Amino acid sequence: MNWNTLLFGVFPYIALTLAVVVTAYRMAYRPFSVSAQSSQLLEQKRLFYGSIAMHWGLVLVLLGHLLALLIPKGLLLWNAVPLRLYLLEITGLGLGLWALVGTWVLLTRRLSVARVRAASTSMDYLVLVVILVSALSGVLTALLYRFGSYWFPAVMTPYLWSIFTLQPRPELIADLPFWTQLHVFNFWVFLAVFPFSRLVHIITVPLGYVLRPWQIVIWVRKLAR
Amino acid sequence: MKVRTHMSMLFHLDKCIGCHTCSIACKNIWTDRKGAEYMWWNNVETRPGAGYPTGWEDQDRFKGGWEYKDGHLDLRLHSRTQGLFRLFFNPALPSIDDYYDPYTFRYSDLFTSPEGEDQPTAVPVSMITGEVMTPASGPNWDDDLGGSPLYAQNDPNLKGLDPGVRAQLSEIEGVVFQYLPRICNHCLNPGCVAACPTGAIYKRAEDGVVLVNENKCKAWRMCVAACPYKKVYYNWATGKSEKCILCFPRLETGQAPACAHSCVGRIRYMGVLLYDADRIPEAAMVPDDQLVESQLGIILDPFDPEVIAAAKAEGIDDGWIKAAQNSPIYKFVKVWRLAFPLHPEYRTLAMMFYVPPLSPVVSTLEKALRASQGKEGLVRLDIPETDLDFEVYESLERARMPVKYLANLFTAGNESLVVPALKKMLAVRILKRQESLEGGVTEKALRVLQDAGLTLEEAEAIYRLTTLPTLEERFVLPPYHREMAAEVWKDPLAHKGETGFGYIQPPLRGE
Repeated sequence: MNWNTLLFGVFPYIALTLAVVVTAYRMAYRPFSVSAQSSQLLEQKRLFYGSIAMHWGLVLVLLGHLLALLIPKGLLLWNAVPLRLYLLEITGLGLGLWALVGTWVLLTRRLSVARVRAASTSMDYLVLVVILVSALSGVLTALLYRFGSYWFPAVMTPYLWSIFTLQPRPELIADLPFWTQLHVFNFWVFLAVFPFSRLVHIITVPLGYVLRPWQIVIWVRKLAR
Repeated sequence: MKVRTHMSMLFHLDKCIGCHTCSIACKNIWTDRKGAEYMWWNNVETRPGAGYPTGWEDQDRFKGGWEYKDGHLDLRLHSRTQGLFRLFFNPALPSIDDYYDPYTFRYSDLFTSPEGEDQPTAVPVSMITGEVMTPASGPNWDDDLGGSPLYAQNDPNLKGLDPGVRAQLSEIEGVVFQYLPRICNHCLNPGCVAACPTGAIYKRAEDGVVLVNENKCKAWRMCVAACPYKKVYYNWATGKSEKCILCFPRLETGQAPACAHSCVGRIRYMGVLLYDADRIPEAAMVPDDQLVESQLGIILDPFDPEVIAAAKAEGIDDGWIKAAQNSPIYKFVKVWRLAFPLHPEYRTLAMMFYVPPLSPVVSTLEKALRASQGKEGLVRLDIPETDLDFEVYESLERARMPVKYLANLFTAGNESLVVPALKKMLAVRILKRQESLEGGVTEKALRVLQDAGLTLEEAEAIYRLTTLPTLEERFVLPPYHREMAAEVWKDPLAHKGETGFGYIQPPLRGE
């Protein structure tokens, strides 16, 4: 087994297993530990610039990746017109840079604001570093190896599907440049870290809020029956 | 009619001496933990003053409570969709500096300092960072009007006050303040519950206690901003919101909450109120000056056979109905009309009630006399001591603590509700003073009583419950029937011998 198979054929399954099993365990048996761990109370100004940029940048960029994974043909069709390709690439790069800057702001904030540092665990730093590497390698890939939205459907989409369908084809990654390989590997690291860190808050996004009534009243005794 | 029961507390402000014993009792039991150092689930404020957190009543900034506009009742903080878009940053959230940087002193320095010319001192250190700091604010920083030019003048309740009256508030020899102890109001229409995107906060139907489910809370921290009283706190160490739990573990075992139990001035009363849950929305949707009336309107008469029947149909047991009938809160709030909720204009229908304080009037009258005679120094009112009270009764509008100020605190600015309450309290005081000075009930005292709308029996009852209540009269606690609840949760035989065992997880930040 060579390094490529280990990192891109085996490790993804370790990461995925951890992500699913540990997250499920944690949600069910350690619910108190699941939290977004906001530090807004301790520092507001730098959080405003960092948090909004990182979150929205990442959410939108990830949605783009998801689209490329689900409808690669649609993406290629969209890119058939150069103007539309430029538009997509510029938007993606912009959002990526936004996320990168936001993550940088958050990391420096966590290191330099004494109150935030006091509330931080080593996992909090690790999470930010993983995201920073992700954003940085993603932005570099977009800058150096254009155009990503062209080759993603040809390389990444089949690779990801090969992983998800349990027929791994790590050789698809073998010839990619370093920054892109780092980007892919870092994603699996992200998944492996996910269940052990505050990242689990991602799956608790409270979309149900839009539908629920304002007030919640619970009969403790009726509940028990 | 959907009858529900509510545990309510009443604060008799005329008796509060501002000693903070309640705050300490609460802190020692509930918030003496990492991440909770800055929290005071119970705090006592000096009024006029900016309160804790500083300026919490400024809803333009903190966006707490509900807004009634065009027939709609909306959270001032956000609509549901807006709430989701502000998960990453909540602009209305107070920062730790709006509360204060919690601090302790490095007492070990007293022992470990090297020998020298000077006495060693224990330097203040932040309880968040552990670094040496200079304390610059605290939960009762403006206690007893300390630094009042900086704090008291920013009190939003002073709005609508005559500039002359405002200036008089802080004059030497005329200065006046009162205390305002505050806990969570366990509202009928809580803003915190409505603002929580996860739905982690809920109101217990059995006794109305509003609780945060710590296992569900995900630190979206909307509750902190949406509570107009700023009584939900965010624990920065565990990443969970926390709030006053009305000492429900104590209530369930027949004890009053720690703040009430420890109260030195015995200003606090606990009791059951019955209310009509169906009419909560309509009570919250009336113009400002009618809010107190509409809220009292949904508090039901526990002696009414119809109410009793409806309560039984809801499964409320006899013990609770009996407790509601003996409730001191019901007497103060509904029968005597002496108590009001704090800031009803927030429209959360707060269920803790306040008897407004009386304040000295005599010196104000003497000052007016002094001015009219153009004299310097002290001038005494030339009235026999036995008649002094009557003069005060007639001049309530000149009370040192302006009626308008009390109205801004307790009745959304409606003075016509505060004045009768103050008159009743004064009438009782006059009656009792006449009794001790003249040796019995006088004709003049009876006339004042009649003017205040009290019978002799009512006045006697108010006097007794105000000044001479026993512990059991102040705290009329219903049976919670935990023995039955435990049976519902678990089969006692199957789980015999298990109590006290199991896995206890320390409340760590993340994992």
